[in-house]
Amino acid sequence: MQNGQHQSGQGQNGQGQEAVEFGPELETKVAEIISRYPKKKSAIMPALYMAQEHIGWLTDAAIEWVAEKVEESPAHVRSVATFYTMYYKKPVGQYHLQICRTLSCMLCGARDLTAYIKDRLTVDAQVITEDGLWSFEEVECLGSCGSAPMIQINDVFFENLSVESLGSLMDKIAKEKPDLRYSAKKETLGEGMPEAPRSQAWNAEMVKFNKS
Amino acid sequence: MKHHRILTANFHHDDQHKLSAYESRSGYQAIRKALKQEPANLTTEVKDSGLRGRGGAGFPTGVKWGFVPKDSGKPIYLLNNADESEPGTFKDRILMERDPHLCLEGMMIASWALGANWSCIYIRGEFSYPTVRMQEAVDEAYAKGYLGKNIFDSGFDLDIVVHRGAGAYICGEETGLIESLEGNKGQPRIKPPFPAVMGLYGCPTVVNNTETLAALPWIIDNGASAYRAIGTEKSPGTKLFSASGHINKPGVYEVDLGYSLLEFIENECGGVWKGRELKACIPGGSSVPVMPADKLKGVNLDYESLAEAGTMLGSGGFIVMDDTTDMVDACANLQHFYTHESCGQCTPCREGARWVESMVNRLHRGQGAPSDLLVLQNVTEQIGGHTICPFGDALIAPIQSFLMHYRGEFEEKLDISLDAQIGANNV
Repeated sequence: MQNGQHQSGQGQNGQGQEAVEFGPELETKVAEIISRYPKKKSAIMPALYMAQEHIGWLTDAAIEWVAEKVEESPAHVRSVATFYTMYYKKPVGQYHLQICRTLSCMLCGARDLTAYIKDRLTVDAQVITEDGLWSFEEVECLGSCGSAPMIQINDVFFENLSVESLGSLMDKIAKEKPDLRYSAKKETLGEGMPEAPRSQAWNAEMVKFNKS
Repeated sequence: MKHHRILTANFHHDDQHKLSAYESRSGYQAIRKALKQEPANLTTEVKDSGLRGRGGAGFPTGVKWGFVPKDSGKPIYLLNNADESEPGTFKDRILMERDPHLCLEGMMIASWALGANWSCIYIRGEFSYPTVRMQEAVDEAYAKGYLGKNIFDSGFDLDIVVHRGAGAYICGEETGLIESLEGNKGQPRIKPPFPAVMGLYGCPTVVNNTETLAALPWIIDNGASAYRAIGTEKSPGTKLFSASGHINKPGVYEVDLGYSLLEFIENECGGVWKGRELKACIPGGSSVPVMPADKLKGVNLDYESLAEAGTMLGSGGFIVMDDTTDMVDACANLQHFYTHESCGQCTPCREGARWVESMVNRLHRGQGAPSDLLVLQNVTEQIGGHTICPFGDALIAPIQSFLMHYRGEFEEKLDISLDAQIGANNV
């Protein structure tokens, strides 16, 4: 995973469960994370994220690696991984689109975004496109209601969208293949995208008010 | 009306997230002042301020702190609940993005008051940007000696960990959060024992909302009586409202508690969009009852006034709907949310959420049976109060209140389905 992207959708992993090398860097990092907590078990969630970012989704090998690190049974780690929606139990596309479908986004046009994505990708939810680039799902409230409608792509929020701006956003991503992972260099998280990753939900009016 | 700026005073500074900028605007003065006081005095100060939990329940913060036994011999933990997932709510997110050191300073003050040497901020997983911001703030604070051993040369040790959730609404419930932080499924615990006595790893634990903790530096700086002077007698201080839906100016606004709800929609929210009429609003996140426009006159944004009107202040997630909104559709949308987010532990909630959703959907499609409205009422009564955590009560708030205020719209769908059935029989 040298170029730092979700690669699970690109075919080589497919449904495969090949052995994965986690490498000394990750071993050091996970040890440091575990040391932050009073008990090792508390580090299950961050360790799962680490394994997921490394492989793209949570394979059996990933579950076992986490279990070994926190000294819990793989069965317990799997029970945690399956409880939370942000852990992928199967591969997702290189860019996983999560459309917020809950009330505020729905009121402001989220259904149009979903319809556009379905139309453009011609795959069902949770299915990876043939080129491995995309997959999508509708998700519950992402806490971005003031900038509705919005979608999350990998770890980055794209807000105040319309069908048109979403279309050009997807074009741009397909062309430039930016790194939209949480662990990406912070300043460049979504940099240069049509919509800034940071919130516009506290708005300009309020800033003016405060400055006056 | 000019509102006080306690939490949002520095939101307009683009460098506010940096420690040096925060400190240049008198940041980290309150913790220095607090560390010179007896912890018990701080708890008294917070009690006197009348500060109430801003996550939704509105429980007095100082009273909650007072439940922690001082002589248990076990470590004490302070957890900052930033698992903000209530539909319509995005205030803690903005606090963490715009002023992360304010959130940290609040945690430091509470930790000292409670005698906690380890504290954690649990941020919902989708909030990657706020998580990055908080982690940077924590790293800066460690580098400066404001966290770790002997903070501010006071002899007090404090470690703070930024913990990322993974997409489970239920972890915003305090015992669900504790379970999750222990490395388990986030399924809530039976209370009592309350976390103050037996929380994280079986030790005394206080879970406070991010906005609650962020108010502490101001209270310590300015005193309890100054805080009490703002807002109403029973709802002192300011509150963040995150406004969304069919309005011209969605966003996060800090207002003095007791402010008129209709003025808030008109002034802060910029009125209903597209020149349309107001139909309804949900003032405190999706788990509080919906309010029709004609029942909003004279209602104020504070715990008591909203309760009297038949709804709740909740988290301050303020959702506005215009007169084109199909209320059965809106209700079905929220019921789907609750079905998806039920943790699956208690039968009334796990099964009931799904039943309610499928019945509302059936009605929405025009395929409802006349008995559905009665069954819905009956099922919700079986869920409310019969679950381990308040999720069961939350999931029935939309359907019960939508049915109460918009029964006509549900019945209209019913008529369509009856016509359709008669029509089908005639073919």
